[in-house]
Amino acid sequence: MIESKGRPNRLGIVGWLGGGRWGLERYLYTLHRVTGLGLLLYFVLHIVVTSSRAVGTDLEARKAWWEWAMGNVSGGMFVAGEYLVFAAFAFHALNGIRLGLVELGIGIGRPIEPVYPYRTSVHEQRPLAIAVMVLAAIVVLAGGYGFLH
Amino acid sequence: MRDQRLWTWHVGAGAVILVLLGLHMTVMHLDAFVRVFNATAEEPIAWSNVFARAQSTFFLVSYVLLLGAALFHGFYGLRTIVFELNPGDGLKKAVNGALVAAGLALFLFGTWAAWASFEFARVNG
Repeated sequence: MIESKGRPNRLGIVGWLGGGRWGLERYLYTLHRVTGLGLLLYFVLHIVVTSSRAVGTDLEARKAWWEWAMGNVSGGMFVAGEYLVFAAFAFHALNGIRLGLVELGIGIGRPIEPVYPYRTSVHEQRPLAIAVMVLAAIVVLAGGYGFLH
Repeated sequence: MRDQRLWTWHVGAGAVILVLLGLHMTVMHLDAFVRVFNATAEEPIAWSNVFARAQSTFFLVSYVLLLGAALFHGFYGLRTIVFELNPGDGLKKAVNGALVAAGLALFLFGTWAAWASFEFARVNG
């Protein structure tokens, strides 16, 4: 992260949602952060819960510990939560690929003369953003089918 | 310079996560379409399947790699968000210390769990 020196972030977290007439990419930025924080929280809990497979002195005890741990995180609310995690992962991963491509200068067009009416690279990268979101929606729907069956 | 290097590691860790977590999600949640690494017909989280995967060296290595990459990627991302709020130098140091300590503790704990279950499954499998 390159630290800001001359233009401090005055809006803070409020700036994630409000602060101007922003385009689609700004809301993808916000969603990327929200899903990232959600995934981090889930991941820390996941490490603790799944470590139950290493508890117990014999096979039966380990199986019992595992099934007890899984039993504590089963049921409708947990399944819905797990699906949200899956959806967050699908979005975060695919949007992350888009960010990586944009950072490498792929899909943002070539530099042009600043002639009125001005065009920005946002105009060039919008199709990439839409394509990635369509792909994310397909994965989320496929995952939904998997969760229901 | 240091932050640029850390940012590069953050992006690299993201690529590792993409592959390994993509595989994990496929095994655990897309089993209706792609049934891989599930030894029995039961649910992917059934003990029989968990125990079978625990015997695999590939899964041991991939779990530890994924653990390290995801903890670094996640905690560095959290650090970026906090630092963008312009905290003071003292708070920045405290955040750095807390995130490194939490990351290392979780990595050691998760690695222990993966190794202990691998070793147990190898002996008892």
